[in-house]
Amino acid sequence: MSRALYSFNGGIHPENSHKAESCGTPIRTMPLLPRYVVPLRQHIGAPALPLVQVGDQVLKGQMIGSAEGYVSTAVHAPTSGRVSAIEGCAIPHPSGLFDEAIIIESDGEDRSIEFTPLDWQNLDPSALRNRIREMGLAGLGGAVFPSYIKLNPGAPVKVGAGVGASGAGKPGAGHSRIHTLILNGAECEPWITCDDRLMRERAAGIMQGARIMAHMLGATTVLAAVEDNKPEAIAALRDAAAVFTDTATEAPVENIEVVAIPTLYPGGGGKQLIYTLTGKEVPSGGLSTDIGVQVFNVGTAYSLYRAIVLGEPLFSRVVTITGHVAQPGNFEARIGTPIHDLIAAAGGALPGCSGEIIGGPMMGFDLMDLAAPVTKAVNCVILKSPALFAPKPQPMPCIRCGACALACPVNLQPFEMYWFSRAKDFGKVQSYNLFDCIECGCCTYVCPSHIPLVDFYRFSKSEIWEREREKQASDHARQRHEFKTFRQEREKQEKAEKFAKAAEANKAKANTAGADDPEAARKKAILDAALARAQQAKADMAKEGITPKNTDHLPPAVTKEIAEIEARRGQETPDQTTMDIVQDATPAISQNPSPTAPKTDA
Amino acid sequence: MLSAILIMAAMGLVLGAILGWASIRFRVDDDPLVEKIDAILPQTQCGQCGYPGCKPYAEAIASGESDINKCPPGGDDGIKRLAELLGVEVKPLGEGLEPKPKSVAIIDENTCIGCTLCIQACPVDAIVGAAKQMHVIVEAQCTGCELCLPPCPVDCIDMVVVKEDISTWKWRYPIHRMRQVA
Repeated sequence: MSRALYSFNGGIHPENSHKAESCGTPIRTMPLLPRYVVPLRQHIGAPALPLVQVGDQVLKGQMIGSAEGYVSTAVHAPTSGRVSAIEGCAIPHPSGLFDEAIIIESDGEDRSIEFTPLDWQNLDPSALRNRIREMGLAGLGGAVFPSYIKLNPGAPVKVGAGVGASGAGKPGAGHSRIHTLILNGAECEPWITCDDRLMRERAAGIMQGARIMAHMLGATTVLAAVEDNKPEAIAALRDAAAVFTDTATEAPVENIEVVAIPTLYPGGGGKQLIYTLTGKEVPSGGLSTDIGVQVFNVGTAYSLYRAIVLGEPLFSRVVTITGHVAQPGNFEARIGTPIHDLIAAAGGALPGCSGEIIGGPMMGFDLMDLAAPVTKAVNCVILKSPALFAPKPQPMPCIRCGACALACPVNLQPFEMYWFSRAKDFGKVQSYNLFDCIECGCCTYVCPSHIPLVDFYRFSKSEIWEREREKQASDHARQRHEFKTFRQEREKQEKAEKFAKAAEANKAKANTAGADDPEAARKKAILDAALARAQQAKADMAKEGITPKNTDHLPPAVTKEIAEIEARRGQETPDQTTMDIVQDATPAISQNPSPTAPKTDA
Repeated sequence: MLSAILIMAAMGLVLGAILGWASIRFRVDDDPLVEKIDAILPQTQCGQCGYPGCKPYAEAIASGESDINKCPPGGDDGIKRLAELLGVEVKPLGEGLEPKPKSVAIIDENTCIGCTLCIQACPVDAIVGAAKQMHVIVEAQCTGCELCLPPCPVDCIDMVVVKEDISTWKWRYPIHRMRQVA
């Protein structure tokens, strides 16, 4: 409470946070739906690999897609039923493109697999992480980074394994590199209240999850940060934390502190939150673990509690539905719930609804298709109306007033990045640290010329990524082409060498034959003699005017056989009938196909 | 006077020897400019520029033999980067050359007779197969150069445009009308 807080530069106070619309009512549970659409790519990284086939029966909580590769996590069936299709479906994505999803037709019974709680205090850390990977846990704050990677503290002395442990060269104090675990309950974007309701209603679960996280990371301090516009949530978390410090006897008591931080957007951004609480900046291009801090959303902590203590994989989350809708509020929605069903559960859109935003108004994007499902990343659906979201005024030229630079929480120079993005000078944009931009939208919010600055940064970022991919592909192609040229040269050379060797060997054989080998010489002599004899005989006969016949000089047995055959032939000649039949039949057969041929053509 | 001439001559000899040694010791084997140009070229090895591959074209550009606007797969962007590197004016793509969308070749497995001609034609060894066995193109390694199309005796290779998916999708260039201020 008396903790010194630091304030980052910039940030904005949106004039109306619009939290009151949806935070007043408790979390409602969505009714069971007939159909769920579970996308395979709900997290950052490689999409999950489908484990089921069309027609398979699945149970609630059954893993239907397994993590593929390091940065990936599993997906699970939200209810029991039949897999009716695995195909491209609308997903909540700014592109409006389809992506592969498993469609489950609910059987209405909602039967689940057996959930087995884990003894997390005594389990091997690596086995525990694998379990979390199989449970499909990913950050529910919006970045959906697979949680099991972030829960790897990395070896303090040995070289760490993988992405989560990069920067292992900086050993932290004590036995773990990570000394502080931050629970992010700031929820700084306007309109969104799903974390607020979760903290008010399920603070005990969040704290349980936080304890497991602290245990896994070896963190000695746990800070739960909540913006001071959510006093009920702060009170609920403090109560839950107090209970733990009293009853925790078996494990070392974690130092859990609930900190109220000033309400300032984007105070819930990971790096801003770390700065607010610790006064330390995460280095550019680095990770929070480089300074010994790991940040998790409160929703992620709660889902970890469900996964470990209750044994339930991640198949539901809390979603705020608000804006131009009949009954705004929060819903516990299963992953795969089509958004139109969610809107229907909230009483339906009010007349004059002009669209939907996924996420908050600052960082969210317009939804293209209402059939898209709730995924692990969807924390809020806002229905727009012209009154709530006035159409943006037309942009005017940048006047270099610098308001964006003052508002930027990352201390960038947004107007410079804008100029170079507009000119597609991506090298220059990058030199202004484009990739440190968190796309919070403060610059766009304050811009007096109403320039959609963040759109330009997103454009530049994706172009730079694309170029990187192209460069890798072309380097790969160059290598392969060079190898092919090299291989062709080598094969040509090898062939030439082989021919040369074979020719040489033949020549050598011809030269050496007879000279060295007495046996070969003997054979050659016999052959030569036979040849000479035959030639002599031919010459003699030619001299005498005799043409040799192959029936001359035959042994008596053969002569006799020939005579017998001749005799038989003599007897058969009078009987001409068989011969005639054969001779008649032959043309008949050969003519036969011709009359039928036109028939097949016709 | 004589001593001055001798000293100058001796110095000339010594310095000349040093320069001669340095030119051998620090010889640059490959033209670094060729490498830089080659790095910009898209490495499709398609030969549309009239040279048998990207490296020969890079060499031709470096020697001034060829222009920078002969590479359709590189597109306008490639020409711009080459122009920047070489300090010359940007030009439109050469006559008769047209950029095509990124495509990959696909073999129709029902028609393929397994003649291996396309395998020999592929500049990046992206086709797998053997005589009288069906061939298949490794999509990730195909550069879309179309060199496998002409040798195919049964015309069973098609070029398919690579579709955008979630992992390759890009944010569009923000187009907005500026408000006219009188």
